[in-house]
Parts: sequence; structure tokens; C-alpha cells
Amino acid sequence: MTAAPEHAPTMAKMSLADRLAPWMPLLLVPALCILGFLAIPNTGSWLTLTVAGLAMGMMIFIMASGLTLVFGLMDVINFGHGAFVSVGAFVGISVILALSHMAEAPSLMLNLIALLVAVIGAMLATGVMGWAFEKVIVEPVYGFHLKQILVTMGGLIVVEQLIIVLWGPEEIYISRPEMLKGAITFAGAALEKYRLVAVGIGLLVFAAMRLVLRHTKIGLIVRAGVQNGEMVQALGYRLRLVFIGVFIAGSALAGLGGVMWGLYQEVITAHMGNQAMILIFIVVIIGGLGSVEGCFIGALLVGLTQNYVAFLEPKLALISNIGLMVAILMWRPMGMIPVVKAK
Amino acid sequence: MINSLLSGDLPRSKLLALLLGAIVICLALAPFLFPGVRTVDTAARICIFIVLVASYDLLLGYGGIVSFAHTMFFGVGAYGVALASTHMGRGFDAIAVGAASGAIIAALLALVIGLFSLRVRAIFFAMITLAVASAVAVLVSQMSGLTGGEDGLTFKLPRELGPAFKFGKETFDGTLFGVKLNGKLLAYYFVFLGALILFLGMLRVVNSPFGRVLQALRENDFRAEAIGYRVVYYRVAATCLSAAVAALAGSLYAVWLRYVGPDTTLSMEIMIDILLMVVIGGMGTMYGAIIGATLFVLAQNYLQNLMGAASGLVEGIPILPELLSADRWLLWLGVLFILSVYFFPTGVVGRLRQQS
Amino acid sequence: MSEPILKLEDVYTNIAQYHILQGVNLEVPAGAVTMLLGRNGVGKTTTLRTIIGHWRAHRGRILLDGEDITTLPTPSIARAGVGFVPEDMGIFSDLTVEENMVLAAVSGKLDSARLDWIFQAFPPLKTFWKSEAGTLSGGQKQMLSIARAMAEERRLYLIDEPTKGLAPAIVSTMARALRDLKNQGASVLLVEQNFAVAKALGDSANVMDDGRMIWSGEMAELATDAALQERLMGLSMEAH
Repeated sequence: MTAAPEHAPTMAKMSLADRLAPWMPLLLVPALCILGFLAIPNTGSWLTLTVAGLAMGMMIFIMASGLTLVFGLMDVINFGHGAFVSVGAFVGISVILALSHMAEAPSLMLNLIALLVAVIGAMLATGVMGWAFEKVIVEPVYGFHLKQILVTMGGLIVVEQLIIVLWGPEEIYISRPEMLKGAITFAGAALEKYRLVAVGIGLLVFAAMRLVLRHTKIGLIVRAGVQNGEMVQALGYRLRLVFIGVFIAGSALAGLGGVMWGLYQEVITAHMGNQAMILIFIVVIIGGLGSVEGCFIGALLVGLTQNYVAFLEPKLALISNIGLMVAILMWRPMGMIPVVKAK
Repeated sequence: MINSLLSGDLPRSKLLALLLGAIVICLALAPFLFPGVRTVDTAARICIFIVLVASYDLLLGYGGIVSFAHTMFFGVGAYGVALASTHMGRGFDAIAVGAASGAIIAALLALVIGLFSLRVRAIFFAMITLAVASAVAVLVSQMSGLTGGEDGLTFKLPRELGPAFKFGKETFDGTLFGVKLNGKLLAYYFVFLGALILFLGMLRVVNSPFGRVLQALRENDFRAEAIGYRVVYYRVAATCLSAAVAALAGSLYAVWLRYVGPDTTLSMEIMIDILLMVVIGGMGTMYGAIIGATLFVLAQNYLQNLMGAASGLVEGIPILPELLSADRWLLWLGVLFILSVYFFPTGVVGRLRQQS
Repeated sequence: MSEPILKLEDVYTNIAQYHILQGVNLEVPAGAVTMLLGRNGVGKTTTLRTIIGHWRAHRGRILLDGEDITTLPTPSIARAGVGFVPEDMGIFSDLTVEENMVLAAVSGKLDSARLDWIFQAFPPLKTFWKSEAGTLSGGQKQMLSIARAMAEERRLYLIDEPTKGLAPAIVSTMARALRDLKNQGASVLLVEQNFAVAKALGDSANVMDDGRMIWSGEMAELATDAALQERLMGLSMEAH
């Protein structure tokens, strides 16, 4: 065989617009903040609202991230995801109530320990529950979206009812740990301490997730699996096990989100997960199903939009998120960061 | 005659035919067979839910599309009649205008949602409808000036449909087989006939070429697309039709109750009830709606008492009374629902047809 | 002759209601390149996908080095030492070239000597080592796909149409790399439509039609007998 001419690869130069396109969604968050700044006359209120919006967004992100990965990896859509939010909230809040001497003590250390124990308890409970849910409810309906939607919805009903059996039908009012009550004043804005903590935890979770997804082999397998699960298996990785792991992690994160959400609202009900699902769905749709980054950006957008609009025109707050979803889907029908599937 | 009335879609099972016949006869003669306010009310609810569930089955069973906005469409129809009757004054024209505008608005809403979501992926539809429907439910309770908010609206219907209206004094002495001939009786037959016509209409639709294309799409998107059907077009059309019929069912409900409120028409609970009825009756069969709605409404009315009794029996044992309490019947329905999706995806109707 | 590395005994595979493979018998000897030839749609890709376990044989047995792998899950088959290059290349386009290769080294770290060999065979992979695989050209993606299979020493390579749709210059790069692999004594089962490449690389050849093996023999024999080619494969057999 004759020698082939040397293959000299070149990359076609992309136009500025093409190169910017992937970053566009990321720019939306500051853009929305600026828009809010222009619309809201008082800088202090704007700052308060921005922090509130970011806090809310972070919590939604924590709740939604598992759902989007589970979908990306195995094409499983879990309408019962909200059940983990509710269970997480009930378990976590029960722990905080049981540790009330620590939660009510005027010591930040004790407060944080109580919170940490509550979070660990909630995540353990929802993680185990996620494992059971995957085995019993989801596994038999792999590959059938219609049945998935139906049985996971059924699972949600059953779990909600079981919560009522165990904790009673009444809503439970709670107060935040002592040192997380109240607000600090910064640049003329009252910033609720709890919201700042929520923003911190959200950033931490996002950073940890990115670290795992970008820099560990498991993360590589998950990202590759989202694109082409078949090939991941053909390389020798047991995707099924990875998927169960992701499902459990996603459920535990939803549980964490549940505790945070419960403390944020200062009241928990068996249906709170189902209510949160509305925002979660909006977030994963506009983010692009399967994309963690998209989910993060989407969650922040939803949180900010809701808080700004609630301030400017309270009655429109709820449909503002629907409006946001419509606008984004008109721009990118598959969501902001669409996941390219092989096949 | 019957064959053409049913659009050639016969029950195809002796037992099923008997069951359906019995249900239809019972509903047709309900005020005479089971006189009593509560039983007639149950019968009317069954009629309305049959239509509502059948219209949902058109989407889910025939189109393979899951929607969580069906109660929203139902509510649009109900509020349409309520608002028209409030603002136009009592009259049949108000009912007609309310029902028609309700159906049109529902179809338009479905068109917009369908174009947005079905264009991309069928599962988007499920998620988006869930979000939109809950937003609308909240909106309705917030806009109390127009909708009466959480309290809802009570309104007046034509006198002819009210209990104060008596007729047949001369010929029947005001009663027939011991049943008072009044407007409430007429209202029942208004609901019954409305439901009957809508149901037969839908039976016609699913057995038309349109219905067959829908089923082909459900079986295989890609092949149907390859054959040349515009998948999105058919699905969106089915969505609009289903929404319009659901709205009409809502109008019937408003006529029957002479009241609308978020809890009776828009709530997520009703949405879940509809899902249970479709799955238990049998997806993709139309007749499943009749069986499912009847079983479910009866169970809702009477099974709860039974559970209450059972709960009393196991008193003293931990948790068990809680699990069996009448308020927890949704728990068992949820379990039943999951089991039916796994083991009887074709529901009661599918089972009966298999056996014959 | 020694025991073949791979043996298919009377394998049947159905996809939905279609019977794609209808009794395939195939032997892949160790340390040689075995060609799997035939017109489009006769079941070559299905044969490879059945071996790796993406589709399941409904009847028959598949033996890897004498061990029955018919019902093993795909990951276990891969870990038994089967490298797979699918027809659609199966590139993870959001991952970088490096990440694609890291994943391909199932048992641990990428071996640097092996990596040098791969870079020598496919220089563009070195150039674009940190780029997202989705930005590669079609030929470069194909190189990456084969490189992934070569990332570790495998007992058997299953390669599906590595030259499909590629420019002639890249076809020869590909052919050279495969010859390199062959010279190292690898066992390869290769589906190839480009007859020149098949002729140059193949030791033995198997021709499929309608889900069955209709001819097996030496590649050289098939390559020199135009009448046989015509009879077995019709027009598609014409040398490119």
C-alpha cells in the first residue's frame, strides 16, 4: 500500500456568534439581575430580592439536579421525584424538632450541628427510599415513558399518603435554628441569614457536582452515559449500577432540598414535594433535560424571576415562570443547554 | 342500528356488553330506579365523569400523550357556564354561550400548549401541562373578583332546571312511578343526554381514520412519520378535541351543581381521579371510561364507609387503623393504580375482552 | 489449527418481529484479520452487535476463547477483552478526546507506550487531545473510535465499517492503522465495504446473505475470483 499523504487537520474558525452561543444561557443570569435592577427603583430592595431569588434558585437546583440526570442517563422521567422532597423535609424537620435544645440554643455551632444531623438523616432516608423506589417502581417500566409517568405518579400518591399516616394530616410549622433567624444589613438591604446559607449550600453542591462530573471516572461515565449509554456498556461499564447510584444520589439531594425548602417556608405538608415539582419541571425543561449546568442556570432564572415579579406585580408571580418557560422554549425548543443524544 | 350508533366499535365480550348495558340502563333510569338526592347526584357525577374520562382516554389511550391539564379544561367549561349565567342572567342561551366559549377557549389553550411541547417531545407535554394547570388553578383562586376565588361561584340556571319547577300536573298528577316531576329531574336528563351524545361522538372519532392514525402514532412515531403523517399535527388536533370535550363535560358539571369552585373542577385530586379511572377501566378502549368512572365514583361514595368500618375493627393495633382510615383511601388507590399499570395495563375492559 | 478466538454456532437474532440473523456460523481465528462481507442489510452489523450483546441471540451459542458469552451482559463481554467500534462510531461528543480515551481504558490508566503508538497512527488525536470530540471531523471521529478500541490490548476487536464515508486520504490512514494492529498479532473481526481495504487486510473472509453465512474461505481466494465475488455479493463487490 502506498503511503497516504500526511493528514493535516485544521479547525474551521467559528464566528463570534457561534463561539458565544454556548455561553449565552450563562449570561442570562446577570442579564436578568440587571433587568431587575433597572425595573426596581430601590437598590436595597433589589439586593434583597436578588439574594432571595438566588437562594430560591439554589434550593430548586438541589431538588431538580437528580431528576435531570436520571432522565439523561436512562431516559427515565420520574414524576414521583417530589416524594423525596416531602420525605426529606419531614425526616429533617423531625430531627430538628427532636434536637430542639440544640436548634434553639443561641450558639451557631450547635445550630449548625443540629442542621447537619437533620440533613444527613434526611439524605440517608431519601437515599434508601430512592433505592427502593428505583427497584420497585421504576425498574419494571424502563423504556416506556407513558408507564413511567403513570407509575411514578402513583408512587408519589402512595408516599404522600404514607407521610400522612406517619406524621398526621396537619401541616407542621417550624422555626429556623436560632442563629439563622433574622437578617443582616448590607448596603441598605436586609439579607436574611438563612437565604445566605442556602446560597452557600447551593454553590457548594453545584461545585461538588461539577467536580465529580468533570474530574472523576464515575463522572465521565455518567456524562458519557447521558449521550450514549449503549457505547458506555460496550466499553465495559455497568451502566445499570451507575444509574442506580445516580438515582440514589439524586433522591438524597432532593431530600436535602426538601429540608432546606421546609426551613425556608417554615411550614411543611405532605404535598409540598408535589408543589415543588411544578418549579422543578419548569427548571429542567428550560435547562435542557439531562444537563446539570442547564438545570443550575434555569433554577437561578426561575428564582430571580419569581422574586422580582412578586415584588413588582404580585399577582403575576406564579405565571411569570410559565412566561419564562415559554420565552426560553421559543428561543431554544430543547432547553437552554440541549443534550445531544447519540442515535 | 346499535352498530352504527356505536360506530362499529362493539364491546366484543359478552360480560362487558352486559356490564355496559346494565350501567347505561341504570344511568338512564336512575331517578326512577334509585330515587333519592344522593343516589341521583352520584348517577349524574358518573355521567359527567364518563365523558371527562373518555376525553382523557382519547389523549392517553389513543394518542399515548399524558396530560395533567385535563382538569384545567374541565374547569374552563364549568367556569364558562358559571360566568355566562352570572353575567347574562339565567337562561339556556347563557348555558349555550358559556359552554361554547368554554370549549373554544379550552381548545385554544390546548393548541398553544400542544404546539409548544409536542413539537419537541411528548414527555414535555406532561411536564408543561402540570406546570400550566397548577398556575391556572392558583390564578383562578387569586382572581376572586371574576371567579369568586376559593369560594367559587353560585349562579342561577333557567327555572326549568330547578327543583321549584313542576310539570305534568294534569296528565300524571305531578309524579311518575312515584317520582316527582320537577326541574331537577329535567336537569338530570339534560346531563345524561349531553353525556350520551358526547360519548357517542368520541366513539365515532376514535373509530374514524383520524383515530386510527392516532393509534398508529402511539405504536410507532417514526414509522407513522415515514408513512407521511404529520405527527405533531395529529397529536395537537387530538389534544384540542380532547380539551374541548373536557370543557363540555365541565359545563355539564356546572349545570348539575349550579356552582363552580377550584376544588370541584380544578384540583389536582380530580386529575388523579381521572388517571385512576382511565387506567382501571382500560386505556385506549373508550368503554373503559364507562367502567372506570362508574367503579370509581361508586367506590368513592361507598367504599370509604367500608374502610371506616374496617378501621374500627382493627382499633388498638398500631398504625393499621391509620392505614385503613377512610381518609387514606387514596393510599390504596395509589397502590391499586401502580399494580394495574404493571399487571393490567389494559384495565377491566382489556381483561374482559381477552377472556372472550 | 488452533482453537478460534471467537466462534458463533447457529446464531439467530430477532429485532422486534424481524428475523435478522437466521443461523449464523462463524469462526474467527486468533492472530488474524477475519473479514465479514456482504451486501447492505444482510446482517453484518447485527452479527457484531449480537457478539457484543447489544442485541440478544435467541438461539445458538457464541464462544469467546471457548467460553460461552451468549447470555453475558455487554459490560462483561467487553471486560472479557472485546474492543468494539460501532458503525456509528459511538463517540461521546461532549467529552474531550482525552476523556473518551480515559474511559476506553477500562482496567485502569492509559498506557503511555500504547498512547504513543495511537498518536503515531492517528496524529490528529494528539493535536485535538483536549478538544471536545464533537468538534472533530468525521474522519477524526472514526480515528478516535478505533483508538478507543486500541486503548488497551484486547483479545478480539470488532470493527464495523471503519472507512465508511471517509475521504481517500483518511481511508489509507485508517488502513495503515489497522495493518499496524494486525502486525501486532491482534485478532480482528472486520466489516468492510471497501474491497481494496478488505483485500489488503483480510486473511480469511466470510460472506453473508439474508442472515446466513454463504461462503467462508481465504480472502486471497475471494479476491482473485471475480466470478465468485459476483455470485456472492453482486455489484456492491466491485473494487473501489
